[in-house]
Amino acid sequence: MSMTAPEYQALAARLAPKSKPWVNVPKAFFTGGCICAIGQGLILLYTGLGLPADTASGACSMTLVALSALLTGLGVYDRLARHAGAGTLVPITGFANAMVSPALEFKNEGFILGIAAKMFVIAGPVLVYGLTASVVYGVLLCLGQLVV
Amino acid sequence: MATPIGGRSYLFARPPVLRGWAAVGSKREGEGPLGGEFDAIEPDSTFGQKSWERAESFLHHKVLELAVAKAGLSYADLRAILAGDLLDQCTGSTFAVRELDVPYLGIYGACSTMAEGLFLAGFLTEGGMAPVAVSTASHFCTAERQYRFPLEYGGQRTPTSQWTATGGGAVVLGGEGGSGPVLLGGTAGAVEDLGIKDAANMGAAMAPAAAATLGRFFADTGTVPADYDLVVTGDLGAVGSELLYALTEREGLQLRGHHTDCGLLLYDRERQDVHAGGSGCGCCASVLCAHLLPALAAGELRRIVFAATGALLSPTSSQQGESIPGVCHAVCLAAGEEDSLWK
Repeated sequence: MSMTAPEYQALAARLAPKSKPWVNVPKAFFTGGCICAIGQGLILLYTGLGLPADTASGACSMTLVALSALLTGLGVYDRLARHAGAGTLVPITGFANAMVSPALEFKNEGFILGIAAKMFVIAGPVLVYGLTASVVYGVLLCLGQLVV
Repeated sequence: MATPIGGRSYLFARPPVLRGWAAVGSKREGEGPLGGEFDAIEPDSTFGQKSWERAESFLHHKVLELAVAKAGLSYADLRAILAGDLLDQCTGSTFAVRELDVPYLGIYGACSTMAEGLFLAGFLTEGGMAPVAVSTASHFCTAERQYRFPLEYGGQRTPTSQWTATGGGAVVLGGEGGSGPVLLGGTAGAVEDLGIKDAANMGAAMAPAAAATLGRFFADTGTVPADYDLVVTGDLGAVGSELLYALTEREGLQLRGHHTDCGLLLYDRERQDVHAGGSGCGCCASVLCAHLLPALAAGELRRIVFAATGALLSPTSSQQGESIPGVCHAVCLAAGEEDSLWK
């Protein structure tokens, strides 16, 4: 073939249809915003019911996670995400979906090697690097306080 | 014996007759433009099974059953089944044939499996192993969980991605008696890799293999695309087809106007949210058996080149950053026996 690999890769990149950010970004912004607004509504509800502010935040996260898990199980979340993109991925609901969807998918492989092992297949890296980053941050903060 | 022509092509001395074939699909395939041409459409993509893998094997078994019945044969008449699929160690096929008691020759060519099987079956039948069945199937849900994400995971697909067909096709060919289209010959392809690494752009990964094999086929046989009613690739989709034109036009081969792609025929891209088109072993196999072979049998098409392409990646090779090797095998199918075309 007379086309070289770099030439071909450039051609393939040029001919590949592109995502449409002018559609995707507003959709993501709107859905992500709605989820956050629901979260704010929940916090107001829980503080109104007498929970202290920090406990209310925790309760709000728990409610959103539970709702996301339920909607994942009902097959609604992925349909929403097809349009919402980062709008459903970035909030805590996306994390719940990333845990629940493999747990559902791999239940045929059993409780141990299926559900339990595969549950972390998408969320695992987020946990590993999230926790690592928080440890590094904690150490730096500690060192900073020693110096000051 | 088959006659070698050119470097990599063969003409069968006694072209085997395609005696029976069948195509089975699921809901999305049934809603597509070819929906009415399938032998069976099962709207429930679980096929009543408890796992997606079992569903795929069930589908594969069903398509074999229908093809053998339509050929007017029984499993006891078959000398062998050549089958393959996309699942791990081709378990989709082995579980489909495990209760049939027919010699099983497993093949793997990813989405090129149907053409690879037909090409090999031509030699087997010439050599006295006839009749044989060639079959393959794929399932959207088994492919997703093996290569991509869980079904319920909320992600977005890129515009270059293709939709794995839930479907399958089977052909019974060779042996005494029977009437139908014939397999004139074909070209086996080498693995081609121009360095595409994006597993969501299979069309781009496979187009070089299609260009190389089709270039070989036309050079070896001394023909041009215009000599055929149709040159069909599977499954390059919209992106891969454009790249195929770009590659072949450089070599002086005019495919545009004579070519279509199974990934573009199976679904309506405007309506069905499949992005660049269909893919999977079952895509070109079901398009061949639902649409192309009936057209050959009816005389609507006289002579076609069926060139199926496979992306030979694995989840491991992708994760290790390897580029995607592609392969393409081409077979020539005709409404009746004719050999004056090939020099």
